This record gives sequence, C-alpha cells and structure tokens, in this order.
Amino acid sequence: MKLSQIVIIFFSLLFIQSNENLIAAGGEAYKNLKPGFSSEGPFGKFDRESLKRGYQVYSEVCSSCHGMKQLSYRNLSQKGGPEFSVERVKEIAADYFIIDGADEYGDPVERSRVPSDRFQAPFDNKDAAKASNNGAYPPDLSLIVKARSDGANYIYSLLSGYEEPMPDSLNIDDSLSYNPWFPGAAIAMAQPLYDEMVEYEDGTEATIKQMSYDVSNFLSWAAEPTMEERKSLGLIVMGFLLIFLFLMFFSVRRLFKDVH
Amino acid sequence: MNHDHEYTPSNGFTKWLDKRLPLMRFADENMLSFPTPKNLNYFWTFGFILTLSLVTQIITGIVLAMHYTPHVLMAFDSIEHIMRDVNYGWLIRYIHANGASMFFLAVFIHMFRSLYYGSYKEPREVLWILGVVIFLLMIITAFMGYVLVWGQMSFWGATVITNLVATIPVVGESILTLLLGGFSVDNPTLNRFFSLHYLLPFVIFGVVILHIWALHVTGNNNPTGISVKDSNDTISFHPYYTVKDLFAYVVFLLMFSYFIFYNPNILGHPDNYIEADPMVTPAHIVPEWYLLPFYAILRAVPDKLMGVLLMFGSIAVLFFLPWLDTMKVRSARYRPVYKIFYFTFLISCLLLGYLGGQAPEGIYLFLSRVCTIYYFAFFLVVMPLLSRYEKPSAMPIGISNPAIDTSIEIDEIDGDLVPSANT
Repeated sequence: MKLSQIVIIFFSLLFIQSNENLIAAGGEAYKNLKPGFSSEGPFGKFDRESLKRGYQVYSEVCSSCHGMKQLSYRNLSQKGGPEFSVERVKEIAADYFIIDGADEYGDPVERSRVPSDRFQAPFDNKDAAKASNNGAYPPDLSLIVKARSDGANYIYSLLSGYEEPMPDSLNIDDSLSYNPWFPGAAIAMAQPLYDEMVEYEDGTEATIKQMSYDVSNFLSWAAEPTMEERKSLGLIVMGFLLIFLFLMFFSVRRLFKDVH
Repeated sequence: MNHDHEYTPSNGFTKWLDKRLPLMRFADENMLSFPTPKNLNYFWTFGFILTLSLVTQIITGIVLAMHYTPHVLMAFDSIEHIMRDVNYGWLIRYIHANGASMFFLAVFIHMFRSLYYGSYKEPREVLWILGVVIFLLMIITAFMGYVLVWGQMSFWGATVITNLVATIPVVGESILTLLLGGFSVDNPTLNRFFSLHYLLPFVIFGVVILHIWALHVTGNNNPTGISVKDSNDTISFHPYYTVKDLFAYVVFLLMFSYFIFYNPNILGHPDNYIEADPMVTPAHIVPEWYLLPFYAILRAVPDKLMGVLLMFGSIAVLFFLPWLDTMKVRSARYRPVYKIFYFTFLISCLLLGYLGGQAPEGIYLFLSRVCTIYYFAFFLVVMPLLSRYEKPSAMPIGISNPAIDTSIEIDEIDGDLVPSANT
C-alpha cells in the first residue's frame, strides 16, 4: 500500500473558473522542481538569510493580496525562524496599523502594530478579497506549504513556472494565466514575480528563481515555525530509544536463555 | 521457575490490607505471576502496545482539550495556537494525531494475529467479541477526533459519513438530524463530536478492562494453538513478558517517533490544513488511511443502502467469527489450506485499503468489488467449509514436547526477532 498514493492531493477549485475543457487541458504532468531546501532531511535547518529575504518578498509582493493570519510579528525574531533582531521586528510591526478598542467617546482607536500583533491582513474579509481579485480568493499563506502536497517544491515550481510556453491547443480565459504546475493549468493569480522586483537588503540578485526560492523557504518556516525544535528533539528521543532498545534486546536474550 | 506460586503478603501492612482489599494479591495474580505460555512470539506483544497506545491517546488528548476550542469559527485556529504558541503543543498534537494511526496499525496486527492463530475460538469467544467492540469504538472515536481538526477533510468526511445514516429507511433522516444537531455539519455537530470524543476513550478503557479480565480467565492462546496442559508449558508474566513486551514497545516507539519527529504529516491529508469551508467541496473526499478498506467496501456497491449495510456488515461479521470457524485446530500452522486463504485475505484487505484511496471507477471499482466479495466469502463460505472438510497437518502433542521442534514448520510469520527467544 503506497502511502503517497493514498494521500492523493486534490486542490481546492477556488482558482479554477468553471471551464470544463480548460481543466481537462492541464493533462500534461509537470513534476515539481526540486531546488533543494536546507530545511529538508532529519538534520535540516532553515537558511536564515534566505528566510529574511523571503519575508521581504512576502511583505513587498505577496502581502498585497495574501494574508498570513496565523503569524505574529514576534515570530520573526523567535529561534528557528528568520531571527530578525527584536529591535528590527518592532520597526517592522510599527509600519502597520490596527484598530484597537475605543476611546472615551466610543470612537475606534488606531495604533501602530507591536510584535505581539498578528500580521496585517490585506483585506477586511473574504468578500472584499474576492471583489478585488476577479472573484478568486487569494488563500491565506500561513499554512500553504502544509496544505499542498510536496508543499515547498510545489510553491517554488508554481512561482517560477509562469514563463513556460503555453501549448497552442489550450484556450484560456483572458482573466487567467497559464501555469502548468497549477492543477488545471489556468490560475487566477497573474505572474507575481519579475526580475529585480524587490531590492534585497543583503544585495543578493533578485532573479525570479531566487525570489521564488526565498519565499518558498519563508512559507515553509511559517507553516511550522517549530520545525527545527522538532527535528532536534527527535534526534535526542531516537538516540535514547536506540540505547534503550540495545539494553532491552540483551535483557530479553538473557531472560529467555533458560526457557525451553 | 515456580509455577505453583501463590501470593504471600510480606509485611504487616500488606497482611492487614490483604484481608480488607486484596489489591496486592490482585496485582500479583494478574500482572506478575500470571501463568503465560512460554512460546509466545512477538505478535503477542501488541496487547501491551495497544494498552499503552490508549493511555498515550488519553493523556495527550486531555492536554489538547485544555487548549482546544470546539467552535466552528475558532477550532482550526485553536489547533494552530496549540502548534505554535502552547509549550510543546506541536509535540503533544503530533503524538495524538500520529498516535491514532499507530493505534490502528497495532490493532490491525493484533486482529490478524488472532485470525491466524485462531485466538477467537472456544473458549475465547467473549474475549474476541469484546475486542471487536473495542475496535468499533475506536473507529467511531477516531472519526470524531478527525472532525475536531475542522479542516476541509474533517468537514467533508463528516458530511459524507454522517449522511450514510440517512440511508436507513423511515427513521434515517430523523437520526441524522439528531446526530448533526441540525440539517448539516455545523457548530452543534462539532460540539457533540467533541463531547463524545472525550467520553468514548474512557468507555474503551472500560471495555479494555473487561477484555483483559476475559483474557485472564481463559489464559493466552499461543502459536501452536494447543491448550496449556500443565505448568511446564507456562512462565510467569513478570519478568518474562513484561521485559519482552517492553522491548517490542521500544521498537514500536522508534517507528512512532520517526513519524512524530520526521514525517508528522505524511499519514494525514494536506487538505486538512485548509480550514473547513462549506462552500468548497474537495475534488475527492477520503478518510484517514485506517478507514480506507471500509470506505472501499462502501463504494464498491452501486446502491447506497447496500453499501452502508455491507460496510457495517464487514465489522458485524467479525462478531460471529467463533461460530463461523468451528475447526477444532486453532493455529493456521497446522491448517495448510486455511493458511492460503488467510494470506489471500490479508492481501485482499491491504488492496481494499489501497482502493479506498482511489476514485471508484474502472479497474479500481472492479477490484474493489472482487475484494469485497472475497472479504465476505472468506468469513461466510471459506471458514464454514474448511471447518468441515480441511484435514489439519501433523501436530505436536503439547507446547513442551521437545520432539516437536523439528516437526514445526517455521514460516516468516512465526519467526521471532530474537533467535534465543525461540522456544
């Protein structure tokens, strides 16, 4: 029984307009690209610089349509993440505003965000988000890597896959874009990344591939900020169990030596 | 090895207590000196593993309930709160979620072991039936627990499965409304599922106590299936099987830990990390892997009511097993024909699990039907016929007869992990 086959992935049809032959046209199987993330494997740790760049791409590009409601600004400075300094996070948060309670006259009070506040959402609600995006809802990105099969590789392939030539046989609505990695190949999100779209603070060249990589990396961390803690604790637990196993093995042998 | 051991209170306090509440005597007779066949292989360690799995699920579940909010608008986010903000919340949740899978893995092995060695036969019918009750309760509990996550698969899985009740003629719709607390899966459903998901594990715990009680009345079966004749056939539970079971548990924990720490989401469905949305139906709704064989049976039948009946029938038939297989010889070791049908059945069940995850069309649907027919034929046709006509192969006289060692044919399922533990 192949688990990977049991866990078949079927993406929500949110982005696919109701165009039957269009869904069928995405038949050609594109395998996810594997750029190789340092967080993979049992000893994997995130590349902090890449996470920082990834946050920059998210905040300057993605965040105009996609929220990340599970994240707070304080997460950006916590261990195992981009590890921005606490001061830097205060500055980042202060760029955003939030309505927090009411004043003595009952009027809403707006204040700057602080690290304990959640990421600012681009839209007030789902309907506002749909109205601004041609009827398609840009999903929240907090968990997107865990909510897609082969998450990080898929996001990377999707973001860097807009420039694949579209087959002539395909007929796509003008409001949609061709992306062979998207189920059905017609996606409501227009190409989001272009070369030199952001100016990286650390001077890295902002190619489409680089930005796709960094933001995929950032979203992997965001989907599970405790990943590094999990893997390092796992190592200790497995090590303990292996020693225990060794002792138990010889205990059983010795105990049953005289049982015939 | 002293087999005619009897508990003797060692000091003044235990003597005093023994006359009033023989707790120590009870513990000694049931956990320490309990005579156990000396030839049990590693397939007999799963009872111990299952008991600890239940305890693990209960402890982690109680902690999770402290941080979880059973409300449709907050349930999904409260789980992310557990994952991100609660100290070691991610660990507790991953233990609980993967623990359910491990629990089912262990229970499947435990049941297939019974099926192979005939552990359901006289005098262990009640023991077996209590086991099936536990299995049924486990399925209901796990299903409700999966709904609590309130992801897309939770919501749509709940919708599909609860709607099966509506197929019951006349009263179906009314029962469905009562079950859901409304006309569709919504907040009242989540609330009652949460309540029941908290309750049922303790009910399971109660039935487990009865299950172990029944086991201690009849004693363990063993790989030969031959009844224990005298104290030469047995060893005390402690230290022999406490140590052996613990060793097996450590092996089990290693595998469990791999999932918790290195692949915690592989056994779940990615869609369940998308918050439940009644307006968006996933392209394919699949249950957790351990329910896939039953899901395949459900979908193998074109008629909805028949599908539901067969699905419940596939568990109900297990209750009648002791009276369907009346062959006196218990162990498949000495039943060459049964053995073939048994392994075909095992493969067929695994195949049903695979097919449950595929779309019910074409070759998948055809194979689902073949496997479903075989599932029922195995119990209702093969077992009664073999009970009547199968000729068992040569058997040893008893567990301790040294002459049997060469005559016992060792196949892979009998092989012990530890060579010297072979008896």
